[in-house]
Amino acid sequence: MDKFELKGQRLVALCMLGVLLFNYPMLAVFNVAATIFGVPVLYAYIFTVWSLLIAGMAYVVETKT
Amino acid sequence: MLQGWVIVATSFAYLGLLFAIAYYADRRADAGRSVIASPYIYSLSLGVYATAWTFYGSVGRAAADGVGFLPIYIGPTLMIALWWGVMRKIIRISKRNRITSLADFIASRYGKSALLGGLVTVIAVVGILPYISLQLKAVSSSFTILLQYPQVVVPATAGAMPVLQDTALGVALILAAFTIAFGTRHLDAAEHHEGMVAAIAFESLVKLLAFLAVGVFITYGIYDGFGDVFARAAAVPKLHAMMTPLEGVAGSYASWMWLTILSMTAIMFLPRQFQVAVIENVDEKHLNKAIWLFPLYMLAINVFVLPIAFGGVLHFPGGNVDADTFVLTLPMAEHQELLALLVFIGGLSAASGMVIVETIALSTMVCNDLLMPILLRLPWLKLNQRRDFTGLLLGIRRGAILMVLLLGYLYFRLAGEAYALVSIGLISFAAVAQFAPAVLGGIFWKSATRRGALWGLLAGFAVWFYTLLLPAIARSGWLPIGLLENGPAGMTLLNPQQLFGLTRLDDITHAMIWSMIANIGAFVIGSLSGAQSAEEHRQASLFVDVFKHGGEGGEARFWRGTASVPDLYNLLARFIGSVSAEAAIDDYAHSKGLQDPANPLQADAAFVHYIETQLAGAIGAASARVMVASVVKEEALTLEEVREILDEASQVVVYSHRLEQKSRELEAATTELRIANERLTELDRLKDDFISTVTHELRTPLTSIRAFSEILLDDPEIELAQRKKFLGIITKETARLSRLINQVLDLAKIESGAAEWQESSIDMKELITDTVAGMSQLVRDKGIELSVDLPERVPAVNADFDRIVQVLLNLLSNATKFCDRDHGEIRIGLTVQEASLRVGVCDNGPGISAEDHAAIFDKFRQGGDTLTAKPQGTGLGLHISRHIVERFGGRIWAESRPGQGACFYFTLPVAAAAVAAGAAT
Amino acid sequence: MTKKILIADDEPNIVTALEFLLQRSGYEVLLASDGAAALQQVERHLPDLVLLDVMMSVKSGYEVCQRVRERADWQQIKIIMLSAKGREAEVNKGLSLGADHYVTKPFSNKDLVAKIDELLGVAAKPGET
Repeated sequence: MDKFELKGQRLVALCMLGVLLFNYPMLAVFNVAATIFGVPVLYAYIFTVWSLLIAGMAYVVETKT
Repeated sequence: MLQGWVIVATSFAYLGLLFAIAYYADRRADAGRSVIASPYIYSLSLGVYATAWTFYGSVGRAAADGVGFLPIYIGPTLMIALWWGVMRKIIRISKRNRITSLADFIASRYGKSALLGGLVTVIAVVGILPYISLQLKAVSSSFTILLQYPQVVVPATAGAMPVLQDTALGVALILAAFTIAFGTRHLDAAEHHEGMVAAIAFESLVKLLAFLAVGVFITYGIYDGFGDVFARAAAVPKLHAMMTPLEGVAGSYASWMWLTILSMTAIMFLPRQFQVAVIENVDEKHLNKAIWLFPLYMLAINVFVLPIAFGGVLHFPGGNVDADTFVLTLPMAEHQELLALLVFIGGLSAASGMVIVETIALSTMVCNDLLMPILLRLPWLKLNQRRDFTGLLLGIRRGAILMVLLLGYLYFRLAGEAYALVSIGLISFAAVAQFAPAVLGGIFWKSATRRGALWGLLAGFAVWFYTLLLPAIARSGWLPIGLLENGPAGMTLLNPQQLFGLTRLDDITHAMIWSMIANIGAFVIGSLSGAQSAEEHRQASLFVDVFKHGGEGGEARFWRGTASVPDLYNLLARFIGSVSAEAAIDDYAHSKGLQDPANPLQADAAFVHYIETQLAGAIGAASARVMVASVVKEEALTLEEVREILDEASQVVVYSHRLEQKSRELEAATTELRIANERLTELDRLKDDFISTVTHELRTPLTSIRAFSEILLDDPEIELAQRKKFLGIITKETARLSRLINQVLDLAKIESGAAEWQESSIDMKELITDTVAGMSQLVRDKGIELSVDLPERVPAVNADFDRIVQVLLNLLSNATKFCDRDHGEIRIGLTVQEASLRVGVCDNGPGISAEDHAAIFDKFRQGGDTLTAKPQGTGLGLHISRHIVERFGGRIWAESRPGQGACFYFTLPVAAAAVAAGAAT
Repeated sequence: MTKKILIADDEPNIVTALEFLLQRSGYEVLLASDGAAALQQVERHLPDLVLLDVMMSVKSGYEVCQRVRERADWQQIKIIMLSAKGREAEVNKGLSLGADHYVTKPFSNKDLVAKIDELLGVAAKPGET
């Protein structure tokens, strides 16, 4: 498999991961009435996962394997 | 105090700045030094996704149900990860086929269907109207609110205002003028609007900065950071409940999921997104950076949504301020004059960016895919003879832009007040989601057909219209509201918002479920229910296999016809002007290395294709096809020919596949040859064996004859008795010899088919009686007991009398030879069976082992080992008998066990006449 | 001492002819009509020479020949194979199994007797040279 295709497949994997993390039941796990560093857990969870996904995508796209 | 004129002047100054940026970028582009050839500009231009909906509406949505606004941005984040493969393919296809819009893309994929292009255009325009009305509403209401500065007053509803005083109309007209100036200054065959892209990228920066500024101000200026806002919000019961907003409502997770899916399709198929991501893309590589930069942009613009929403609710506890306006009203309440103005400009840039790109994209569709195909087909317009189309094309597009904005305004007046910003936008999202099956199916599924796309779009659009647009209009009082409560004419199953009893879902999820079922179902069924035309087949291949068909001009392979260069030049000049046409043709000649006057340009397939794609850029694929067809004499390719070309050209894969097949065929042929050879060798060996056996059989009696002849010759003094005995042996062996020779000849005749058969109606009873009579003396001499059992009446059979006698004799002589030496017994029986007679000859000899039952009917085969067994007889009798019986449609076989005697049976079918007679009695 | 010859063949007419011929030539004749009987006769009478038909029931001439040659005390027995099958492969097979001579049927009486005499070291009878 060439580098180009490999990147494509990694991105697809990230997309799948995102679909899993941004769906029931993962959302339900973090849908609790508590805060972390003063921020409600659900909001913290969504923004953290979102940031990590973007970082993952940037890593996959920008690295020169 | 902010004067009205200050706001207006600032707004115009901002729009003027945009125009300057666009003008500068266009100049740079003309000079060949594009400013937009950068992945950062490309990523920012994708930010046109964030409209007034994002800028004002997200806060409103968040104030209502917490994280509910986020799927709209998470969906695109997930989708963009797939762009590496999907969007790259769409871009590649679009560049290769000079696609000018989403409608053009779909029409082109499904056999350049003008009907499909028109339908997509209609759906897009109707679907996007709510979205445009949203922008108008946002700009006009933010303007109205800002005018009241420093008081925060909820504006009167637009519907209550006379039209001429309605700021929304003014906004619509200003934006129309601005868009016309932007997008239709000149006609470009490639539909590139570099200036517009540069301006849009700038707008993306402005709205992001404005939103971040107000976010920082509210979070850190009014409150003491995120923790403070959330801590205070937790003290308010209504907001505290929102900390776990996905709880309690059954449809919440489903809504979340469907909103995600919805926005995944929106990021690709909103006309403006398709415009900036595909049509305006100047380099496929820009995608790479956009894959992470654009989600980052969306993340950034959403970070402060919740603090602003909560801050707004905390600040205006009375609930009399629309949450959609918090972004603006919070700085106003805090007397931040400049910040409020910046927010207004940010909202204006979000709205105007959307409106500009959306209406340009829609006007291209309306012109190329809706009006031109119709106009070109109207003979009384005589458009075909028109010298110059450029003015007409620009006129149509300008008219389309104005029309779209006015329709948007109309929708705003009709239905805009009944919904929050986000709800209005989602209706449009659901409309463009209908394009997903046709586009995605079209680029990955070669069998998708025009019919499937048409059915799918119609079905999906119809359901969307019924479940989303109709209720929106009803809710605004233009239709009886009872429609939404009891369904049409009281049929509750058809309630637009609870179709077939599907309840407990929000409108959008409900509409998405039904419209996707209808759309995808009709798309698949339609595609599978009919064959593709040659044109569709060809386009399907060009789209799906875009990465396989190498190089430009893939389509030229499919063209066959005659044309002239001047004709084609004139055609192109009529639509894009003579200067551009000349430049385009020069480009072509240059790229082919054909500037040499001695080596003139040929109007070959590649050139015609080039002209068609240039034209397609101006008037769309379907219209371009019609126009090119008017000047070239094209011979239509049959579906078979297209298939043939595809077969030839599916290149390496097919070629190697064929090689493989050839080698398989070769292998098969080799195997066949080997089998044939083995068969020949076998036949040769059989013939050899036959000759060897015949020789052996001939030599044995000859040996006795010669030995005794020599004895008699050498020794005249032998006693008379002995002499007689020896002569007797010689006579017997000679007879044996003749018999053998006769049988071999007989067999040769039968096997070669040269035997003559005397067919007649035979009475088997008579035949058996006669034959047994002839043998009885011989049998009795050997002391064998012979019994014959015949039924009273026997139907006749058709056969050769003498040949059947031969068979019976053979069986009898075998039985005589093999039956018990001392107490020999032979039983002959005749049985009438259903449609045949069965003759049996049984002895009480040693019997035949089961494995020999079949073999004994072979040539020179007798029971036991061939090498050790001494043949008693010629070994041909049973073989010949089998030939005879089978010749007359019968069967011959042996039944025996060693030690219990042997029975030989043969059957002969009853004559047809006899069967009929038997049935009649 | 009279030399003993075993005739092993399952074709009765040929046996009759050979028996007459050899008795007249002054040999003692033993008979066997199949391969197994032939081996019994060899065991019992230890003939000087065996006329061995190839195609016999129970045991073929080849097999009998092989058995005879396997026994050390039977090495002096001369074997002439008789066969109506005269292909080269069959002749060679007989000779390779240890037969002294291979005669194809039909044969000349004189030649056959002469060969027997030669193998048994019997001087040609006067008047028959």
